[in-house]
Amino acid sequence: MYSLRKWSTRHARAMDLTYRVTANLFHVFDPLWKRMIASRLEKPFTACESWAKGVLFDCQMCGQCVLSVTGMTCPTNCPKSLRNGPCGGVRANGHCEVKPELRCVWVEAWSGARSMKKTALFQIPLPAREYDLEGRSAWLGLAAANIAGRDADNTNDVPS
Amino acid sequence: MMRQGIDGIFNDYPILPGFSSGGRLERVLRSGRFAVTSELNPPDSADPEDTFNRALVLSSVCDAINATDASGANCHMSSIGICALLTRAGYSPVLQISCRDRNRIAIQGDVLGAAAMGVHNILCLTGDGVQTGDQPGAKPVFDLDSVSLLQIIRSMRDEGKFNSGRKITSPPNIFLGAAANPFAPPYDWRPLRLAKKIDAGAQFVQTQYCYDIPMLERYMTVVRDLGLDKKCFIIVGVGPMASARTASWIRNNVPGVHIPDQVIDRLKGAENQKAEGKQICIELIQQIRQIPGIHGVHVMAYRQEEYVTEIIADSGVLKNRIIDQLAAARFNALETQTTRYKSA
Repeated sequence: MYSLRKWSTRHARAMDLTYRVTANLFHVFDPLWKRMIASRLEKPFTACESWAKGVLFDCQMCGQCVLSVTGMTCPTNCPKSLRNGPCGGVRANGHCEVKPELRCVWVEAWSGARSMKKTALFQIPLPAREYDLEGRSAWLGLAAANIAGRDADNTNDVPS
Repeated sequence: MMRQGIDGIFNDYPILPGFSSGGRLERVLRSGRFAVTSELNPPDSADPEDTFNRALVLSSVCDAINATDASGANCHMSSIGICALLTRAGYSPVLQISCRDRNRIAIQGDVLGAAAMGVHNILCLTGDGVQTGDQPGAKPVFDLDSVSLLQIIRSMRDEGKFNSGRKITSPPNIFLGAAANPFAPPYDWRPLRLAKKIDAGAQFVQTQYCYDIPMLERYMTVVRDLGLDKKCFIIVGVGPMASARTASWIRNNVPGVHIPDQVIDRLKGAENQKAEGKQICIELIQQIRQIPGIHGVHVMAYRQEEYVTEIIADSGVLKNRIIDQLAAARFNALETQTTRYKSA
């Protein structure tokens, strides 16, 4: 599992391309997402998402995926649950302060972000993680936010 | 409003336009002076005198005293408790908040409480992991990290809002700080981490122990190229090592401390290792003073607070600036008292 996770970071650029293509096509399926959210299908869909991201990224289902800005490395694996880059305790060999046998998740993330050429995104301070979203589907969450955003835009477009 | 004794003499100034706090540290830094801060090793005791005595030896040379928050995950008197004592006695503390032991609900409450007591400076830290401390079985919290903590306190101050969006009727006037470690991998990202912390609200940073001047210079070159030294005050951490053995122990056991071999060799070769450690620290301060873009030093003298005054005096960084005459007088008075007590 760990080797696959490292493979994902090494191939962060290809992963990112896939992500961007999918993200652009995401809204096409809005009616489908709309039907899925808060329905019986939500649970099996979340299980699929959990399996797929689990295999590729060792995903911990925090419910607010930031893989696209963290070099395709899941930061939820950081023993200190950091969301904004490595702490000051990284060992000289690039390993974790808390688990010396583990390579620092953020050192990996930074090399992934560099290969993605997305270092600017890596620089944006992320807000605190919302723990009530843990175990929920990040994809459906994103779809819901997109739909809500578009609905709001449409309402604004209506001339008064 | 209750005000008594010497409270207010050192610690409270009107907030000038463009300033965030009414504290001395911010005034000294913004006036372009080279600032000196130090940390108080918190006592394992419930006696306030233990805190006051330690503060007294530091305050004659320090613009602010850091109250550490269970550093190295070892349990001591809490930083908020120390700040309560220090502000009551008219000192200017830096409240350190680590994300390891408390969640966002507790921390935001502490920020309001600290500001109400007269704390003007807060240093936002992620915190060392619990495994380094004396109670490795403790549950690590890490609800926030240093960056999200900065964001939350900044919005409490500037927008008058809790993280939830709920309104704060009287926002805390806080000069916001963070930590930086130029001496840990990934080295090429460290200046960018500083940039990220500045974006999140850091107005000053205090760095990890610096024993490697060339490495600091490389870091500062990038920092200056990015213009970060103009957006944030950079205070570099230094400290005397009591012996070569202590230095090796710290290098191997304290996360994020980088001590080059030559420093340890120099200590080893010295006849009086303690004096040599002090001398190394003085030389480091003088070298750091010469690097453009650095605004102060932060002296961390673990269990050697009594040397801080000498180190700062001998380094000459204060020039003729007299930090705290009254504190110096009080210190002398205490010395006399202690001597009397000892001889009795």
